[in-house]
Amino acid sequence: MTHYLLAVVLGVVAGLLSGLFGVGGGILFVPILTWLGLTQIHAEASSLLAIIPTVMVGVWRQQRYGNVRWRAAAILGVASVAAAVGGAQVALSLPESTLRKLFAALMIAVAAQIAWRARHKQQ
Amino acid sequence: MRLILIGLTAGFFSALFGVGGGIVIVPLLLLVGGWELRSATATSLAAIGITATAGVIIYVAHGQVKPAYAALVGVPAALGALGGTTLQQRLPVRTLSFLFAALLLAIAVRMLLQ
Repeated sequence: MTHYLLAVVLGVVAGLLSGLFGVGGGILFVPILTWLGLTQIHAEASSLLAIIPTVMVGVWRQQRYGNVRWRAAAILGVASVAAAVGGAQVALSLPESTLRKLFAALMIAVAAQIAWRARHKQQ
Repeated sequence: MRLILIGLTAGFFSALFGVGGGIVIVPLLLLVGGWELRSATATSLAAIGITATAGVIIYVAHGQVKPAYAALVGVPAALGALGGTTLQQRLPVRTLSFLFAALLLAIAVRMLLQ
């Protein structure tokens, strides 16, 4: 029971992050669901379903604030689906741990760049 | 053209690492596209909606989606998103940028430790 309660609370946190930062929430959904006993593949599949109501609410709110650019979203979404289908094949043949480290290093650089720009803008 | 490349990059990395597209789309829209943070995150959400729907269709066909578990986290998350977007509208972009950078850093560290 406490497991499920904690899952609900973490679900709210995932939604908060989604609304604040434009992410789907999968970064929290997948670990929550595997912790509840789902296999990795079931957790990832169910996470995608959980993302749908989350982003629908987020988009609905953002639409009212006038922040959504629909044409760009459609292009990004369709290109992303195409690459995910193709990328899954390529992904299997690449050394994953090396790529993972490279991607993580790149993300740290990106984070630094975003923080730097935000700081710079203020002054 | 730039948007297509950003979308392709996001899709590739999400297939590779199981990260959502948002963590790739938002920084690229900010840094490469020169977008403002609120429109970048809002548009990213709409794009993720398309990607997630396509993914769900594929996984449902394989019988791998557990709707009850999805609802268990997805319904609270929808409420959270309501709070998140409202909060985003009220926080200064500068604060949001620092928080987003912190989120990226946390995810990167987690990936390095895996």
